[in-house]
Amino acid sequence: MPKTIKEINEKIKKGNAVVVTAEEIIDIVAEKGTKKAAKEVDIVTTGTFGPMCSSGAYFNIGHTKPRIKLGGGTCYLNDTTCYTGLAAVDIYIGATAVQEDDPKNSVFPGVFKYGGGHVIEDLVEGKSVVLRASTYGTDCYPRKKLETLISLRDMNEAVLFNPRNCYQNYNIAVNLSDKVIYTYMGTLKPHLGNANYCSAGQLSPLLNDPLYKTIGIGTRIFLGGGEGYVVWQGTQHNPGVKRKKNGLPQTPAGTLAVMGDLKQMSSEWLRGASFTGYGSTLNVGIGIPIPILNEEIVKYTAVKDEDITAPIVDYSKAYPEVVPGSVGEASYAQLKSGSINISGKEVPTGGISSYSKAVKIAQLLKKRITSKKFYLTEPVALIPSVKSGINFKLLNERPVKRK
Amino acid sequence: MAKKRIVLTFPPTLVGQPITYHLVKDYDLMMNILRGVVTPNEKGQLVVELVGKQKALAEGINYLKSLGVETQSLAHDIKWHEDKCTHCTACIPTCPTQAMSVNRDTMEVSFIKEHCIACELCVSVCPFKALEIQF
Repeated sequence: MPKTIKEINEKIKKGNAVVVTAEEIIDIVAEKGTKKAAKEVDIVTTGTFGPMCSSGAYFNIGHTKPRIKLGGGTCYLNDTTCYTGLAAVDIYIGATAVQEDDPKNSVFPGVFKYGGGHVIEDLVEGKSVVLRASTYGTDCYPRKKLETLISLRDMNEAVLFNPRNCYQNYNIAVNLSDKVIYTYMGTLKPHLGNANYCSAGQLSPLLNDPLYKTIGIGTRIFLGGGEGYVVWQGTQHNPGVKRKKNGLPQTPAGTLAVMGDLKQMSSEWLRGASFTGYGSTLNVGIGIPIPILNEEIVKYTAVKDEDITAPIVDYSKAYPEVVPGSVGEASYAQLKSGSINISGKEVPTGGISSYSKAVKIAQLLKKRITSKKFYLTEPVALIPSVKSGINFKLLNERPVKRK
Repeated sequence: MAKKRIVLTFPPTLVGQPITYHLVKDYDLMMNILRGVVTPNEKGQLVVELVGKQKALAEGINYLKSLGVETQSLAHDIKWHEDKCTHCTACIPTCPTQAMSVNRDTMEVSFIKEHCIACELCVSVCPFKALEIQF
């Protein structure tokens, strides 16, 4: 019999909701079948912890005396560039922002020791960072310069707001060229020296709800150690890709935009990262509860690493030049075994996303629910699915006419 | 038994000679080659671990010096900062000796220092600076 989210929340309140992780549900369904599992289990918790470049945070730093208008000026946090095109004391820092004097890739490969992701990590760790700003004066905002230490406690609002997280499946990156390449998928050795992948596979939120039947706008989630919400589909959301019978996308597909109170979060689940030769970013920990409303949904959550395949893409040529196609595919079970076979060659695999951290997130979320600290929300709208007609497209460049 | 890790630099004139053979045969030293680079007509470099009696070890090293081989103790080590590691496993395919290894059941990374040859390949690959060169 189908359940509702309201009924599941009642069970959480009474302390008798049955919550299992997306790993644990696999054996339960194998043992009891989908019908019985759907009846017995109320919630499946998922998790993922990987670099998610389209992440960042906005802050209201509080008005100064006399007032200053950062909007239209420049602002740095620990010398890392912030976005100021907002109101007087609202700023945004993105995960991939670099420090003002970072040599970037001019000394190749650059190390990108500290960037926006690290500023966010330092802030959630409780550290004070240096805010430095300069701008133009107005009659209502006369001040032109500001330099101060600032921590999350000093700020009015500090909100993590990530336009694209939680990629549903991802490429396996390889290098077919004869020199080392440095990518956002890590360092790739020549001649298929290694194959790097980036997904929590069977634990990954959107691979447990492949057709977006429960995860929607307003879904409450575990975000960076605190509570957050899905606020929209993510940028590049691409639901129309090729899928297997069970709805699983065979290439990168859906994404989520998420937000939450940064003040609740911790550096265990938000971690600055530096990719040699590529840049800095932020590792984000996300866990999404999936309400087992019916048999169909439990079937989706029973997905195994063996069932999920990802395309193997050459990052020396095909990816940068946008050449479609792949050099093969591999399952997450194969990837996690330590090597995959590509055209007869055994290629060692490396992860970019942490499976063991994903397990911990799913367990932590399970514990929060069973200890009545986390209740489910009903999404106010679902995100566009297969039939939405939404397709991710390349930029159609048009010549600029000069007058 | 004493153990010493050293970096040996051979001048071009010595590259063709069976020096390591003599170290083993004449000084009864166990030699584990951790790393080796030989450029013909230029120079050769070996990173070795020598195990043997304290006296033989000292004599063996003196023998190398007498031939004109430059010897230097392996002064640096790789330190794995467990608290910084997120167990992403990005380092795994770069490590030539499986000093960085993964428990495939839990997907947790561990560092077996005895296997590490301080080649430093993992250092720039780790996005979290969990691997550090220590002098």
